[in-house]
Amino acid sequence: MKKEPHIGLFIPCYVDQFYPQVAIATLELLEKLGCKVSYPLGQTCCGQPLANAGYERDTEGSSLHFIQLFEEFDYIVAPSGSCVLHVKEHFPNHPGKEKSAKSIQKKIFELTEFLTDVLKVENLKGTFQKKVGYHSSCHGLRGLRLASSSELNIPHFNKAKQLLTNLDGLEWVELSRSDECCGFGGTFAITEEALSVQMGKDRLADHLSHEVDVLTGGDLSCLMHLEGIAKREGQKVEFMHIAEILNQAIR
Amino acid sequence: MSHPKAATEFLKDQANSQWHDETLWMIRDKRDASSKSIPEWEELRNLASEIKDNVLSNLDKYLEQFEAQALKNGIKVHWAKDAKEHNEIVLSILQEKNCEAIVKSKSILTEECHLNPYLEKQGIEVVDTDLGERIVQFLQQPPSHIVMPAIHLKKRDISALFHDKLQTEKGNEDPSYLTNAARLHLREKFLASKVAITGVNFGVAETGEFVVCTNEGNADMGVHLADVHIACMGIEKIIPRRKDLGVFLRLLARSATGQPITNYSSHFRSPATGKEIHLVLVDNGRTRQLAREKFKNSLKCIRCGACMNTCPIYRRSGGFSYGSTVPGPIGSILSPGLDMKKYSTLPFASTLCGSCSDVCPVKINIHEQLYEWRQEITKHHGTVGKGLSMKLASGIFKSPLAYQFSGSLMRKVIKSLPESVIYNPLNIWGKSRDLPKAPKESFQDWYKRNRHE
Repeated sequence: MKKEPHIGLFIPCYVDQFYPQVAIATLELLEKLGCKVSYPLGQTCCGQPLANAGYERDTEGSSLHFIQLFEEFDYIVAPSGSCVLHVKEHFPNHPGKEKSAKSIQKKIFELTEFLTDVLKVENLKGTFQKKVGYHSSCHGLRGLRLASSSELNIPHFNKAKQLLTNLDGLEWVELSRSDECCGFGGTFAITEEALSVQMGKDRLADHLSHEVDVLTGGDLSCLMHLEGIAKREGQKVEFMHIAEILNQAIR
Repeated sequence: MSHPKAATEFLKDQANSQWHDETLWMIRDKRDASSKSIPEWEELRNLASEIKDNVLSNLDKYLEQFEAQALKNGIKVHWAKDAKEHNEIVLSILQEKNCEAIVKSKSILTEECHLNPYLEKQGIEVVDTDLGERIVQFLQQPPSHIVMPAIHLKKRDISALFHDKLQTEKGNEDPSYLTNAARLHLREKFLASKVAITGVNFGVAETGEFVVCTNEGNADMGVHLADVHIACMGIEKIIPRRKDLGVFLRLLARSATGQPITNYSSHFRSPATGKEIHLVLVDNGRTRQLAREKFKNSLKCIRCGACMNTCPIYRRSGGFSYGSTVPGPIGSILSPGLDMKKYSTLPFASTLCGSCSDVCPVKINIHEQLYEWRQEITKHHGTVGKGLSMKLASGIFKSPLAYQFSGSLMRKVIKSLPESVIYNPLNIWGKSRDLPKAPKESFQDWYKRNRHE
């Protein structure tokens, strides 16, 4: 019998610190789907904020630490498209560790693509009686290709939609601008504050004009930014990570 | 002015910035519809990208072939290593012809070289004949977009401007009326000009001909009425064969405005009897960019402007916020190659969303180059504060203990401080956004309690 694959759960730093409930939902969801999951202790940050700010060269320590923590696993799964993309594309070179780094870059998956492409989940049974707006994070969309981007002339697909529309009662909302950026962008949110907020307001308005009950997505960084604006404006819309919806629905 | 400052200014007029965003989004929408009407669109993009790769790898060879063919066709060819040489060459031709007034159709290259102010200083009248360019020229502004130079202006602005400059009826904002007034005004300039300047969209190495694409026919009108045609061309505009044009002409207008093709795609091969064609081939930093492995394929650009129309930053900050001849995403990877310090904020004027790369008809990896420019810029012009905080962060992320300590400290600080302190003016995040509620424990703590044996 083939050995059961062992999944290493990668929880990005800000999820660990601010959204533990999303990490728990990710863990529980994978367990419900029959996976053997471990969370290696001692995780820090993958280095993305530094690299995107122009300091990739300062992420050698954090990426080496990441490689050492995760090299033993068969798969690495994270509830974040942008952190996964960073590991895949922007890890600096580590002399002597090239093989491990390459293998990690092949076996790391964002949660929804792990469900659709590796576990090949087709019929999720569950109920979620709400109108849902999905925010496609740009790094998930155009970096990991979790859906067809609106610019390309290719057959339409969307891995998150494929999962969510399985659920009974869930009403999927098509937005006016299906995949425009929310304006978070890491340090962009601070260095270009005015633009960042305006972009967030515009994205939020698109969801609100379609009267969504829940705004969801695969990246909490986008959701944190959008929720921060919604809260400040006193909007009642609820924010959930897609892991929370799926975990709650297939209870 | 840095990009963030200029963008903040632009966003102050909410109604105007929203209108600007929606206007450009409408053009992006047209581009989507047009590109999706062609089943082989992605194949065309691949082809265009590969042809340009081939051109950039063999640029020396193609340029020599192009020059030889052009000379054979009777075109006079000049080489300019930089903007200064380019301007001097143009001036010397004008002086030789005793020409004191010229008409010029759209050419981003001559903007890049600042030809207009140079010639005006020498007492030569320069009239831009593209309608949008004429409008910004009246206002003494640079173009705010490379395809639609006056996209930042509304009908009523143009009505007021034409009332002032062309004595049109006050308050008449009818586009046909205003365009007609411009047409009459420009016609006089066309008729009086002995020399016409145009840009070049494509130079065909195989035949020595070049192609100029316009919608208004102004390039043709200028050239056919003048005795001398000066065409200014960046050396990267070469394509190998005439048949390659089929790929690029199909992509260019669809990407730019959603039109199937530009109204005029005019081929210039040899001068008519008694007339002259001068071709000025300009480097101005292009070979330097070609030598930069990570950035060289920015030279594939065919100047369609699609990356501007799709860019959520450009749409909400306007072309002038970039302070460079070519604004928007493509400008943000070209400009630092010309002056890294001056344009150091441009590669950061992006969320790296990647829409520019997906919309680009020649598949330039624009957002990846923005990322790479950031790595370069911080080496040379990293602000001290940012550098320090990043160093600190890198130390924390290397060490699990330091990370746990600073993380729990962060959560405690957020929990215990009153809102008035968290949302102070120094907390830029909190100006218009709430912070997430700090949970009582991290996932790591939860996991240790619940799952760890």
